[in-house]
Amino acid sequence: MKPNWMQPEAVRAGIRGMIAMLVLAGLILLGSRRLAHFDAALVGYLFASLFAMFGITYRYSMWLQRPPTAMYWRRGWQAIFRRRARASNLGLGLRRTISAFALNVFIFRRSFLRGLAHWLIMWGCLIGCGITFPLVFGWIHFEFAGEGYEFYRAYVFGFPTLAFGVESWLGFMIFHGLVWASFLVIAGVMLAMRRRMRNHDALVMQRFGEDILPLFMLFAVSITGLMLVVSYSWLNGFAYEFLSITHAVTVIFTLLWMPFGKFFHLFQRPAQIGVAFYKDAGASGDQAICARCDEPFASRMHIEDLIEVEKQLGYHYEMATESTDHYQRICPRCRRVSLALAQGQAWKKS
Amino acid sequence: MPVPADKFFFIDANRCIGCQSCVQACSECDTHKGHSMIHLEYVNRRESPQTLPVVCMHCDSPTCAEVCPADAIKRTEDGVVQSARKPRCIACNNCVLACPFGVPKMETSMELMMKCDMCYDRTSVGKKPMCATVCPSGALHFGTMAEMEAMRPLSRPINQFQFGAQTIHTKVRMMVPKHSAITHLDVADGMFDSETADDGDAMLSAAVFELPIL
Repeated sequence: MKPNWMQPEAVRAGIRGMIAMLVLAGLILLGSRRLAHFDAALVGYLFASLFAMFGITYRYSMWLQRPPTAMYWRRGWQAIFRRRARASNLGLGLRRTISAFALNVFIFRRSFLRGLAHWLIMWGCLIGCGITFPLVFGWIHFEFAGEGYEFYRAYVFGFPTLAFGVESWLGFMIFHGLVWASFLVIAGVMLAMRRRMRNHDALVMQRFGEDILPLFMLFAVSITGLMLVVSYSWLNGFAYEFLSITHAVTVIFTLLWMPFGKFFHLFQRPAQIGVAFYKDAGASGDQAICARCDEPFASRMHIEDLIEVEKQLGYHYEMATESTDHYQRICPRCRRVSLALAQGQAWKKS
Repeated sequence: MPVPADKFFFIDANRCIGCQSCVQACSECDTHKGHSMIHLEYVNRRESPQTLPVVCMHCDSPTCAEVCPADAIKRTEDGVVQSARKPRCIACNNCVLACPFGVPKMETSMELMMKCDMCYDRTSVGKKPMCATVCPSGALHFGTMAEMEAMRPLSRPINQFQFGAQTIHTKVRMMVPKHSAITHLDVADGMFDSETADDGDAMLSAAVFELPIL
């Protein structure tokens, strides 16, 4: 038998990971104008990012090859682009994206503090990544605009864009973007750690690598980044080199950890939108009728897909009765009742 | 800490009196605060007062986890199938529809599947699950095999179930007659032509079977 890393799905995932990594490398060469705007001091971040790209694509590809994931990946896209609902899906998709991802409404419903912690961490990370990655890749750089030294112009992929005063309010906000991101992340991490230290459910379920380590890493990245600002703003660069190396280590470790731990949910969660459209498509189609109580209980498409997935997974819920050919055609309530009645029958027979 | 290896969850649906204690107690558990994970079903409310409590059976090979596209449902090393991991669950409903026992619940507003996790915050430190703590009739019991043998001399626990061609083994045990030859419960035996008063009576007679007066 072949070892795991030589299985066909692992080889496929590895090839996709390599392609994604090479595409990113190509975009870095392109966006930085053949590294003309690449900052050599950030080379450690660059290689960590390339590795993260490989790892994330590898894991994503492996995940997509699981039978249920493959099925709903395909079905989700079909539902989004189904002919009769394309126009309405556009608006609905936008609304769902804002509600779920921009506002985290569903997490706030789980608990306000949980929602707040997630919202702060998420926006802090998004702002941080939005600034850091383009800078590391050389996709954004700044040059003085005009003759003097009073205006900066941002260049994106080498193309000139917005100009702003060096001492202006906008300039202050832009150059301290990572500071604001750190404030958000630190506040969110504090709330999350409070929950993890106090709530019984969190205490019993959490795992260090999965739940605690990511919070430590986000905190470490944020706090060392802030210390850099403190050093050059108020301490005349005291311990700057040490701090910059420490910050680099925390960021690089976080990047390397991205494909393995909890951070990977960032890439899984968009499936939530596809599922919502799949449910819409199911609700507007034929419904599955329970073979025992004759009541509708799910979309027929969902039940047929589930039967196919179970077959692929090696389950055998097929039944040879007059009423149904498959146990999936029984609604959940009838399943609950039927088992208890089977127990009653066992007593009756005895 | 794992659930003690000598402690088991026993279900005897016949003994359920429909008091709802388990439902209320379940909602007070810290792992699913405010949400009761128990299904308390009437077998056929028009014909019979018989009710039955349904908790997760914690399958050795959980179908709910296998069909989850987000890989959100995990089984701990001590055999407890946990609720969906909150960061991963995408609320697709696959687990709800696939579970052969009909256990998982979908909390649509939170986009989250929740299910009985055997009160893992309690059982992992040797305490009883909330429902088993309050059940007055013994329909739900958490304890050792020896305790159960002493309490129910005419019953024995089994953990093998048949759903069509699929055999499922579970961590949770269900009580059957001690001297019957059955090795498993086949759900088909209770599935069709069963919503009659006679079935309610079958469950009732099973409950009184072990009373000292008979």
